[in-house]
Amino acid sequence: MKRQRGSNEKENALAMKTREEIAQALAASGYIADAELATAISLMQLLRRPLLLEGEAGVGKTEVAKALATAHATELIRLQCYEGLDQSAALYEWNYQRQLLSIQAHRGENADAIEDQIFSEKYLLERPLLAAIRRPAPPVLLIDEIDRADDEFEAFLLELLSDFQVSIPELGTISATTIPHVVLTSNGTRELSDALRRRCLYHYVDYPDVDREARIIMARIDGAGASLSLQIARMVESVRKEELRKVPGVAETLDWAAALVGLGVLDLHDTPETVHETLMCLLKTHEDKSRMTREVTERLLGKVA
Amino acid sequence: MNGCGTDAGFPEIDEVSRLVSAKLAGFLRTLRDNGFAVGLQEGRDAAALMTAGYIENPGLLRSALKHLFSARKSDWDKFDGLFDAFWLGRGVRSGSMTMGSAKAANSPSLKSLQDNKAAPGGSQAATDQIPSADDAPEKRAGEGRMEGASRADNLAEVDFRNMADPEQIEQAHEVAARLAKTMRTRLTRRDLARRHGYRLDLRRTIHGNISHGGVPISLVKRQRKQKPLRLVVLLDASGSMSMYTGVFLRFIHGVLDEFREAEAFLFHTRLAYVSDAMKEKDPARALDRLSIMAQGAGGGTKIGESLQTFNRWHAARVLHSRSCVMIVSDGYETGDAALLGREMAALAKRCRRIVWLNPMMAWQGYAPEALGIKAALPHVDLYAPANTLKSLTELEPYLAKL
Repeated sequence: MKRQRGSNEKENALAMKTREEIAQALAASGYIADAELATAISLMQLLRRPLLLEGEAGVGKTEVAKALATAHATELIRLQCYEGLDQSAALYEWNYQRQLLSIQAHRGENADAIEDQIFSEKYLLERPLLAAIRRPAPPVLLIDEIDRADDEFEAFLLELLSDFQVSIPELGTISATTIPHVVLTSNGTRELSDALRRRCLYHYVDYPDVDREARIIMARIDGAGASLSLQIARMVESVRKEELRKVPGVAETLDWAAALVGLGVLDLHDTPETVHETLMCLLKTHEDKSRMTREVTERLLGKVA
Repeated sequence: MNGCGTDAGFPEIDEVSRLVSAKLAGFLRTLRDNGFAVGLQEGRDAAALMTAGYIENPGLLRSALKHLFSARKSDWDKFDGLFDAFWLGRGVRSGSMTMGSAKAANSPSLKSLQDNKAAPGGSQAATDQIPSADDAPEKRAGEGRMEGASRADNLAEVDFRNMADPEQIEQAHEVAARLAKTMRTRLTRRDLARRHGYRLDLRRTIHGNISHGGVPISLVKRQRKQKPLRLVVLLDASGSMSMYTGVFLRFIHGVLDEFREAEAFLFHTRLAYVSDAMKEKDPARALDRLSIMAQGAGGGTKIGESLQTFNRWHAARVLHSRSCVMIVSDGYETGDAALLGREMAALAKRCRRIVWLNPMMAWQGYAPEALGIKAALPHVDLYAPANTLKSLTELEPYLAKL
């Protein structure tokens, strides 16, 4: 299972070698990855492409980026997308107030000199995208919920991701000192363009299976024993199979596990009352809540061995 | 097409034996035939991956290529099957229609399958493209009134085929274009810099006046940004609607073309997402895909259940605060009317407006007495008759107000 890298892949002591190592490194930083995700991350390093993560809300897409940053022992730069996000919030902006002050202060001096001065690095405000390509060591750049941004921003991002250089009219072109590890996440509220999809490696993050979810609970919640974690994971799995408006994600599972552990529950069967009352951690709409009656909870509990 | 595998000049490719690169090219072609957007760059990357040792382990190679070639959930889901069929020879028989191993032309598209099933006789390419003569609508109308189990097939053959009539398509597009124009834009809460805006944009004003030493001489104002309205059409393709499905399918085709943002669904007893199928550039292929989706059409209508499916699986992706949902149905619900009411309420919370177009309303003496319609009406913003393109045009002023 020894894999030779291409000749272009010489640098980077941080680059993790095999998928097993990647999975271990992620696990050490609190993210339990499945084999496919580990493959995706090794490909990301091999091909130097951004990774597009898609999946339902709350399955841990953002956590992947955080864990990746920890595993690389590098900085996480996060750009949260929203409707109307534009260049000045994402890339760079001039610090106008300081520029004006400087103009006032140097009134009467040579105009060219003032101009050179106020359009210098000192007056440049770095935003996440610019910051990500100017770090000494490659950071992890998380572009969160890209589907919330407008089409125009997506096109702009595409350009940045292919060239890794930014041109600032007053300052010239800034090339990347390092190529960041780019992770994009999408909830699927809008269909992304084919061009962007083609630039990226694609990974669909699904709800974890019982075993992995149990391990996630154990990794994240202090004091959650193996048997309790397994019970919780099984219970959540059967809750997901019910007809719900909002299917609980991993984040909700962790909330619930934390609540149960906090209340001192050791076995779900001992305290069906508490289980039912704490289900609010999983169910987030009124309809789901009213559908999950005491009887339903007991039926589901019965199936949990 | 085959540039990915046989392109010389890339050192990695020398290492891959000729055989493998030819096979890889074949695989890429198979993926393209199955709707994957795979370009030269992906081909090169795949070759690089193979030389990097991924080829030693089929499971690993599959997982790696899956990440590389997939671009969306649907690709992701079907990739494993394609990979196994192509490389491991598993399920080759059943998957042979997607194989395309030797010549692209030889890989039968879904179309030929459909033709074999639904319309034996007649050459594949010709049947769909012939503009149907004038007698087709009458034929359709006659058959539409027929009672019986054969309606599903009838729908697939007559109505969908009629969609290819260029003249009618043109009309439908015209109506859709006009609607698109009137319904296009809605105000958002985001501002946009404008000279004639109503609010002052201080930040841009200062920036714009640096050349005046910061004295604000030219002002920059901002105004609310206009955003396109998204139209989501849910078309009832059940037996009772069969007379009208043709008209509305053409209309939907126009809507998908003309609106900047539009989605379309068909429902009968189940709900099918048809935007992708109808956006297909090759009209013949679009018809094929549609016909396959409509296989279950006919029989009863389960509007409530279809809406439930929509709310659960599609609404979050398809609807936003500037969406208008247009339901075209006669409201003859064979399922649970109470469920329909509940789902309509949920839908109303999600989108901006709901329009319900009912072809039956054009009939003399029709009153909304079907249980389904009664349950749904409280949540509908505009309830109007529509059975032809002409009546759709007449609705324009009402739709524009939404």
